[in-house]
Formats: sequence, structure tokens, C-alpha cells
Amino acid sequence: MKALRNYLDKIKPNFEEGGKLAMFRSVFEGFESFLFVPNATSKTGVHIHDSIDSKRTMTIVIIALLPALLFGMYNVGYQHNLAINANPGFWMTFIYGFLAVLPKIIVSYVVGLGIEFTVAQWKKEEIQEGFLVSGILIPMIVPVDTPLWMIAVATAFAVIFAKEVFGGTGYNIFNVALVTRAFLFFAYPTAMSGDQVWVRTADTFGLGAGQVVDGFSAATPLGIAKVATTATPEYPWSFNDMVMGFIPGSIGETSVIAIAIGAVILLFTNIASWKTMFSVFIGGALMAIIFNVAGPDTATAHMPWYMHLALGGFAFGAVFMATDPVTSARTETGKYIYGFLVGAMAIIIRVLNPGYPEGMMLAILLMNVFAPLIDYYVVEANIKRRLNRVKVK
Amino acid sequence: MGLLSSKNKEVLAGPLSINNPVIVQMLGICSALAVTSKLEPAIVMGISVTVVVAFANVIISLLRNTIPNRIRIIVQLVVCAALVTIVSEVLKAFAYDVNKQLSVYVGLIITNCILMGRLEAFALGNGPWESFLDGIGNGLGYAIILVIVGFVRELFGSGTLLGFQVIPQAFYDMGYVNNGLVILPPMALIIIALIVWYHRSRNKELQEN
Repeated sequence: MKALRNYLDKIKPNFEEGGKLAMFRSVFEGFESFLFVPNATSKTGVHIHDSIDSKRTMTIVIIALLPALLFGMYNVGYQHNLAINANPGFWMTFIYGFLAVLPKIIVSYVVGLGIEFTVAQWKKEEIQEGFLVSGILIPMIVPVDTPLWMIAVATAFAVIFAKEVFGGTGYNIFNVALVTRAFLFFAYPTAMSGDQVWVRTADTFGLGAGQVVDGFSAATPLGIAKVATTATPEYPWSFNDMVMGFIPGSIGETSVIAIAIGAVILLFTNIASWKTMFSVFIGGALMAIIFNVAGPDTATAHMPWYMHLALGGFAFGAVFMATDPVTSARTETGKYIYGFLVGAMAIIIRVLNPGYPEGMMLAILLMNVFAPLIDYYVVEANIKRRLNRVKVK
Repeated sequence: MGLLSSKNKEVLAGPLSINNPVIVQMLGICSALAVTSKLEPAIVMGISVTVVVAFANVIISLLRNTIPNRIRIIVQLVVCAALVTIVSEVLKAFAYDVNKQLSVYVGLIITNCILMGRLEAFALGNGPWESFLDGIGNGLGYAIILVIVGFVRELFGSGTLLGFQVIPQAFYDMGYVNNGLVILPPMALIIIALIVWYHRSRNKELQEN
């Protein structure tokens, strides 16, 4: 540590204004504050020093995402084994998935951080930590067979148009990772939906090659429900599988258990708001029950509420996306309203929209737009209530 | 006063860049989003609007001293409607396929803000020749933006230009896929925003604080 500190101090003058590496100043600063706690704290006066800065917040979110990511990697291998009817053991299964997912993580980080670094250097600002979380979220919410160049294009689009044009980290209206997914979804629908993309059948770096078994289908449970002709279709998975996550789907979204571990970490450290998270599930469950009772006669409308919450991106979105502190509502009452509407809207899109089997992405993006409005009315209502109190006197 | 005095040149050239109706005045955005998913309808729409604006400007300018102020809007509408109907019939006769792609948007030229804006702001107060130049300038200023947007959208959305395959088949074999989002109106709005961004960064006097 000491040696690294000394080395950084030694090379620092090169990156100052006028130094020969001045064009990499923001990169150097980014790595310096990533490796060491910045020293620039105020020394005098009354200040509350809190060690929770955005760097630590982001680190905790990444730790919370790890269970879902690791399980997602294993599930990629597991689904592949089902497709080619092989059983190479736990570690080979995991390594297959790891190798399939790793390039996506690298591409997402290289493209996203590359743009962040360039913009920071150009605007003579410091690099913000915001993309650390977005960069890991992006590979987790795409199907495993999404081509890397598509991820690169979509990430670049989202970082530039959903984040940098609004002013960078903390100023974005929309969740950057979800904009990436929405871009992929609308720009390359064949790579993002249907029943071919959710399970990797090709080999990864020579691993796991094999013949796909006859009659194999990679449809997701929600995809099956969407095209079902009866109100109660047969799912090839038990509810237990759906909760554990042994179903096809986007890489990180399948396992409710792994997501729940992340949720506990986020709630225990107070990073995410339990009000938002909780009310998303309440909103989704209530809406699903309403459709059970009075919905159209389709499979998605008849799906029990607990299945709605366990399937697709619902749990993942509720825990990691809806609670994004930048794009969600900030007032305490607003968090209930925001969360409830996200959950309800997701189920409405799932059931009533004939085109999309999944609605969580669009529901969160839609409510991102309304979050400031919800906050505005919550604050206004509060002002009104307090004014009334004055008038009575 | 010559036919192309410096003032007239300004009237003609201003709308092409520094006073562009789409990217500076923000008029005619709806049709710029609606007809630009392919290059060909964008070009036809640009020409149609140029013709209608130019001749409507001339006619209103000739009538400007005889139109009672209180009913001027209805007179302008009658002139526009007649011209739009002529353009629509010509398109139906000679460019039926494009006319079908443009669908209602040919008829909706009459509601194009650029058209009424030029009649109100320019033709009612200037002579026919200046009004004609102003109409041509504004129409072409609109057409330029439409062609740029149509070019980008057709190239990335369909891989073609004017219907001819531009992106080679080898790219598709390597896994390239046309971008479906570019075909949708939101991307047209973003492309226009990029043009505005570039244009303002080149013209300091247009930048707002």
C-alpha cells in the first residue's frame, strides 16, 4: 500500500496542468480516488463526516449484485447443459457461464468508462463513480446471446444520451442501464426477445460444444404465457425452479433467492429504500390479483400473483432498478407512490400489451419520468398542510 | 434594387442556416419526424413544402393590400389549401408510391407551422419577389434538415439509400443488424437534436445562456 502511495505521488506531477501526460489527468485522478480515500476533507468548523460517499455506495451495490451475477453465470451453464443434454459437473458449468458472461461485462465497462473518462477530461471535471454500477447492471439484464457490438452501441447511446447530455452522474432522468436495455429492445428486437436468445446453445471458447436436443425450446415462462392458447398453460418448471432461478431469462434476473440476498445487503446498509422496494411488490401483487379476478381470459392474466413477482425481471427491477436513488422519487411519501405505480404498471404491461411479455423495464422508465412530478405534489401537499396550520391560529 | 441585392440574398440564405425554420425556430418538427424514415419521401416532402411555401408567399404578397386584416387567416388558408391540393394531385399522378408513403402528411402541409408562419411574418409585409425568395429559402432550409435526417435514418435503419442496398451483404453475414430504433420517431427527434447541437456549437450567437 505504502509503495503504491509513493509511486502515485511520484508520477502525479506528470498529470498536472502542463505535465506531459496532462491529457490523462482525469483518468489518473479517477484511479487515485478509487484506490485511496481522497484526502480533501475540511479541517475546521462544524461538519458531519460520514464515510458513506458515492464510492462506498456504489461498492456496496456491486457487492449486493454479486450473488445474482454469480448465480446468473451458473444458470447460463446450467441452461446450456439442458439444451445439449450434458452434465459436465458444477465447476465446468459455472466456468462455461463465466466465460460467456465475462466479455459482456468487459465490453460494457470499457465502452461506458471510456466515454465517462473522455467527457470528464473534456469538461475538466473529475470522473464520477456512477458508471461502476450501471456497467455491471447492463450485462445482467440482457439475454446471454446478445452480440457484444450491440451491447457496445447501446451502452454508448445510453451513457451519452441518458446521462452525459443531462450533466453526468446524479443528473440523469432515466436509469442508464435500463435505457441501454430499452435501446437494445427497440433497436434489435430479434436479439432481445422471442424464444431463441435466452439460452446459449453455441460453445464458449471451445467449451460445452454439443448437439442441441430435439424439441428444445428456450422460451421464458413469461414468453410461454404470452403465446399460450389456454388460460392455464403447462410450464416445464416447478414454482420452486422459478424461485431458485433455474429458468431461461436475462443473465442476472432469474433467481429470486440471489436477488433477495442482494436486497438484504442493500436494506441492511440503508443504501436502498425499503419503502420503494416494498411498495413495488405490493403494487405488482395487487394488480395481479385484480387481473386474476377481473382480467381478460389470457394466461398472463390468470397467472397467480406470486408467480408474477417471481418471474421475469420483476424482482431484479424492484430491488436494483426501482430503488436507484437518482431516478426514483426522493420524498418519503413519494417513494410509496412511485414504487406502487412501478409494480402495478409492470403487471399492466405484461397482461394487457399484446407485444411485450415483460413490462418491468418500461414500467420503471415510465415512472422515472413521473418521479419528479410525484415529489413536486408531495412537497406541495406538505406546504399546503402546514399553511393550513398557520391559518387556524 | 436588383433581383438579388444583398438584402434579397439574406432573405434567401438566412433560413438555410442561421435562421433555419426547423433547427433554430423549431417549426415543422412533427412532419420532420413522420416522413423521414426513408430518404425518398423526405426529399419529396421537402420539395413539396418548398413549392407550396414559395407560391403561397407570392400569392399572399400580391393580395396583401386587398386582404381585410380581420379575415386574413381564412384567406391564407384558402390559398394554402388550393396549393396543397394541387401538389397532392400531382404527386398522386406522377409519384404514386411516394404519395402513399407520405399518406396524410401531404395534406397536412397546410397545417405546417413554417407555411403559416412565413405568410404571417413575411408575405403580408413584403413584395412578391422577396416573398418568393423567402419561401424558397425557408422551404429549402426545411428540406435540408429532412434530407439529413432521412439519410441517417434510412442508412442505419434499413441499410439502404433511396431503396438501393448500401451496406454490403458481407456486413450482415458478419452479424450486423439494422437498427430498428432509428425507424421509430424518437430516434428522429434525437437526430434533429444532434443537428441542433452541432449547429449551435458552430454559431455562437445562437447559444442561449
